[in-house]
Amino acid sequence: MSNKALQETEAPQFYLEDDHHPEGSTMLGFWIYLMSDCLIFAVLFATHGVLGRNYAAGPSPADLFDLSIVAFNTAMLLFSSITYGFAMLQMERNARMETIFWLGVTGVFGLIFLALELYEFYHLILEGAGPGRSAFLSSFFVLVGTHGLHVTFGVIWLVTLMVQVKMHGLIPENRRRLMCLSMFWHFLDVVWIGVFSFVYLMGVLG
Amino acid sequence: MFGNTTLTQFIFGRLTWEAIPYHEPILVVTFIAVALGGIALLALVTWFKLWGYLWKEWFTSVDHKKIGIMYVVLALVMLLRGFADAIMMRIQQAWAFNGSEGYLNPHHYDQIFTAHGVIMIFFMAMPFVTGLMNYVVPLQIGARDVSFPFLNNFSFWMTTAGAIIIMMSLFVGEFARTGWLAYPPLSGADYSPGVGVDYYIWGLQVAGVGTTLSGINLIATIVKMRAPGMTFMKMPIFTWTALCTNILIVATFPILTATLALLSLDRYAGTNFFTNDLGGNPMMYVNLIWIWGHPEVYILVLPAFGIFSEVVATFCGKRLFGYASMVYATCVIMILSYLVWLHHFFTMGSGASVNAFFGITTMIISIPTGAKMFNWLFTMYRGRIRYEVPMYWTVGFMFTFVLGGMTGVLLAVPPADFVLHNSLFLIAHFHNVIIGGVVFGLMAGVVYWWPKAFGYKLDPFWGKMSFWFWQIGFFFAFMPLYVLGLMGVTRRVSQFEDPSLQIWFIIAAFGAVLIALGIASFIIQIAVSYLRRDQLRDFTGDPWNGRTLEWSTSSPPPEYNFAFTPVVHDHDSWYDMKNRGYERPLGGFKPIHMPKNTGTGVILAGLSIALAFALIWYIWWLAIVSFVAIVAVSIAHTFNYNRDFYIPAETVTETEDARSELLAERT
Repeated sequence: MSNKALQETEAPQFYLEDDHHPEGSTMLGFWIYLMSDCLIFAVLFATHGVLGRNYAAGPSPADLFDLSIVAFNTAMLLFSSITYGFAMLQMERNARMETIFWLGVTGVFGLIFLALELYEFYHLILEGAGPGRSAFLSSFFVLVGTHGLHVTFGVIWLVTLMVQVKMHGLIPENRRRLMCLSMFWHFLDVVWIGVFSFVYLMGVLG
Repeated sequence: MFGNTTLTQFIFGRLTWEAIPYHEPILVVTFIAVALGGIALLALVTWFKLWGYLWKEWFTSVDHKKIGIMYVVLALVMLLRGFADAIMMRIQQAWAFNGSEGYLNPHHYDQIFTAHGVIMIFFMAMPFVTGLMNYVVPLQIGARDVSFPFLNNFSFWMTTAGAIIIMMSLFVGEFARTGWLAYPPLSGADYSPGVGVDYYIWGLQVAGVGTTLSGINLIATIVKMRAPGMTFMKMPIFTWTALCTNILIVATFPILTATLALLSLDRYAGTNFFTNDLGGNPMMYVNLIWIWGHPEVYILVLPAFGIFSEVVATFCGKRLFGYASMVYATCVIMILSYLVWLHHFFTMGSGASVNAFFGITTMIISIPTGAKMFNWLFTMYRGRIRYEVPMYWTVGFMFTFVLGGMTGVLLAVPPADFVLHNSLFLIAHFHNVIIGGVVFGLMAGVVYWWPKAFGYKLDPFWGKMSFWFWQIGFFFAFMPLYVLGLMGVTRRVSQFEDPSLQIWFIIAAFGAVLIALGIASFIIQIAVSYLRRDQLRDFTGDPWNGRTLEWSTSSPPPEYNFAFTPVVHDHDSWYDMKNRGYERPLGGFKPIHMPKNTGTGVILAGLSIALAFALIWYIWWLAIVSFVAIVAVSIAHTFNYNRDFYIPAETVTETEDARSELLAERT
């Protein structure tokens, strides 16, 4: 009772004398961006779900997909996620050159993945199974291609960050950027697992 | 000769002199008027040597207040364009009877109704709403800027770039003739081979980047930047509606982006997503576009609800009735808006169970909306109501919007919808809720926050004139459409056979003239107020006896918004502060950390216009060059680590002392 009375008589504080530092919004903002990107993939998955069996008397997944290549490709992307993790561990240890080294390894895995994907696309188109052949192939090319486009931008971003870490070291800005790219890279990995399971594996099952 | 043609084609793609519509007298006259107006404007800016000022203080500014104002200016310019389309349609439909073709050929008429819808939704209502949120939200939560100030500037310029792309179609080439959502197969390459649909796609894609990013930005701002003590349940209602709206933006605009990307692949790369052959499915597009499209109408109307809530509480001198229920109603509407999209095409034939599900969810939305209506009414009940102009708009809204809501529930009944689908009844319904809800809300918001933004109130006489012309004009313009819709008249028709319909169209055209007077009164209101600004000036920063934090700072607020970050104890925190003896701090100011201006946003948006133009006209070299330039400029921007500065304590002290003197003189 007396406590309450005390509270009421005490003049409330209506502003901060000290400088106010709201915690950084970048991580939250980047997460929200990733979720918006996830919705783009959701639309493409849904489109594939609706159109994925519309072969238009053309080839079906069982006729086209070479699972061994795709499995190898999947391994490349998964390895690249592990090596990105190594880069982040080195960043925690404040080891600049080691961080750049593991980023480089990640980039190489990413490029192998992209090269194999382009090789696969090239062969499909050569066989007459291009994106215009049927609705199934349209949705296949666009879903897989959108993922590939994301990986391409990830690699460009990765190289940019390697240069920036080299130039300025592991300063807070660069750590924040490495963290964002890390989330982006792992996100693409998760999406790829969806692509591999739903498009390739279930496609070949028929 | 052949070599010449290919070179020209290489340089200009499919752009030829034929694309300039010099054979259309209406467009030529419009072009001359726009060109003269534009040259006059540019000449004035040059004459008064304003380019440097505009560039430094506005175009490159990352200040959320200036960006907010620029958004609203964009919205008002586009309102004039969209309304010009509207009144042309009204005149055409009132005229084209008894064998007359009217004054617009079908080719032109189809472009006008498409442009009207696209412009009013994407480039009038969206920037208007985003502009008000941008201006008000950081002030209401006691923040100094948004979470990502550069992104905010970039978003604004991308939205503007989209508007510019759409405007270019008026004088170079043509616009889509497909209706505002461009359903395939009509919008596919086979039936719309021209540039119209491409203008539509790239205009929306460029603007969509801006909208999505500004949505992310405002969510992060509201979640992370609130003043200490402001828990979620102490946030002003407008901020709540802004939060829900931005969640909806982030949750739906990517779907629009993806859908339009698939349509453009069908048109450019020969894929078969929405084609009639090779396994494509046009109804897929209709589903996807409405999964974006229905939440979009709530994106527009929720902030309007927020504005009405602020206005009612302020002008009734009472805390809003049922704050918590208002918050929950907003959240429920946000979720439900995602579960009703199929009511836009009950006639697709998805069967009784599916239609019943979507019919019922649609009707359920009217429950939280009704709850809001009662909250406003009970706030007014026994309140000391001051009938200032924002309150006029609010009461007009309550009357008009309930009517529109009821016709919406009628349309939610699938069997009724089978009769009314795509009829003028539908047109009347959605104009009833969008004008009665969104536009009235935005008008209330402008009048309400104008003194905050510019330091003087708007002239009430012309404000009331504007309100009455809009209100009465709305009923004259759209009640006849309900009647015509019930008689079975469908939308998007440019000529009529049955002479008995004409009288209704003439009444509707008269209504459109009244609305034109409403818009004119609004412009006069701004001009008169500017001229009389010394009489209308407000020195207190709190001209309406407001309740939320934006009224605690000066009008217009200083660059840093608040010299000291406010601490919040209750909702309606400024009212609380005034009640419990808050005293304005007069000394002890510290340097304030602020973001630096940057021109990157303008440059990226300019390059995006070039990219879109190149893609529309198949000028592939320009497309490649501008795309590479966009990537290069973006990367170069990340190499700039020097993005912030401190406003020195002396400057803050000077600004605050000037205000203290002004306040002392007045009391």
